[in-house]
Amino acid sequence: MLGPQNSTFVMYDEEFKRISVVIDKLLREANAKVIFLVDKNGQLIAGCGETEHLDTTSLASLTAGNIAATGGLAKLIGEKEFSILFHEGEKDNIHISIIAQRVILVVIFDHRSSLGLVRLRVKKASEELTVIFDDLAKKTASAAEQGGGPGSPFAEITDDDIDNLFS
Amino acid sequence: MSFINYASREINCKIVYYGPGLCGKTTNLQHVYQKTAPEAKGKMISLATETERTLFFDFLPLALGEIRGFKTRFHLYTVPGQVFYDASRKLILKGVDGVVFVADSQEERLDANIESMENLKVNLEEQGYQLEQLPFVIQYNKRDLPNVTSVAELRELLNPDNVPDFEACAQTGEGVFETLKAVAKLILMELKKGSGG
Repeated sequence: MLGPQNSTFVMYDEEFKRISVVIDKLLREANAKVIFLVDKNGQLIAGCGETEHLDTTSLASLTAGNIAATGGLAKLIGEKEFSILFHEGEKDNIHISIIAQRVILVVIFDHRSSLGLVRLRVKKASEELTVIFDDLAKKTASAAEQGGGPGSPFAEITDDDIDNLFS
Repeated sequence: MSFINYASREINCKIVYYGPGLCGKTTNLQHVYQKTAPEAKGKMISLATETERTLFFDFLPLALGEIRGFKTRFHLYTVPGQVFYDASRKLILKGVDGVVFVADSQEERLDANIESMENLKVNLEEQGYQLEQLPFVIQYNKRDLPNVTSVAELRELLNPDNVPDFEACAQTGEGVFETLKAVAKLILMELKKGSGG
């Protein structure tokens, strides 16, 4: 978990770069088309591959909704969660897995890859991503103790700043 | 739970519209969608039944502009209002940053409003939230209809804590943006508090 459930989720440059390296590698090794990382609340964290024609925001939100609904189903039958989901289409398939109980990894692939290959590569990438998200959790926790962390954008926010958003 | 991304310099927040069935939650989002400039909004997604009742949620991403160099994005969600969709409603509340309660002002929906408000509190508590501690605003919708309960009475029943409240007619758009602005403002003030500023 990235700290308490209701705290703010923060992504820093350093971890973002580390994450990008891992998912870029996964994209190549799994012969995938697109890879996304989504927060369980539906916020897009990172993505790579052929993303330019995709509505990534909607994809992130629906993936999180999908995971939430499946998680609800799991609880009803006494499971903690279903950690892997797979949707098979005519051309493209979606492989969804949960990392570190908090983050959702989405892999979109077609006939150039296979479910077996994707599962294998996702497993390895998951371990690497778990380490990064654990580091991120520690960093966020210690920043929160110090009150906001480096250059928090909100510390000096004014009423005017907020009003300007709606002007 | 807001998401601050220092890498892409973005702030993402989640707002949930709650309320009894047919109170106008989806209509609120539709109005925001119609009146927002194309570059500031994403696609609106509605997971609804064939009769256009919300089945799981509506979703509308909004980009409001920048604060201190950070792009500010709000993700607007509605819950399905019908009583028997409670399991789905709980899921949507996960990670919420601010709540809008849309009340149906019609006299015959008074009980439904009260029941939905109680349901909101229970479902939030299950997720570890207290409504009193969340950015929260109330909208008294459908003020244009003839058979409405007075605002004073609605206030007494639904708003004992005196949170910001607004009269609205979501069909024509009256009060819709005022409501959204108010909750967005409360969320940003909350973030400021959380950052020790």
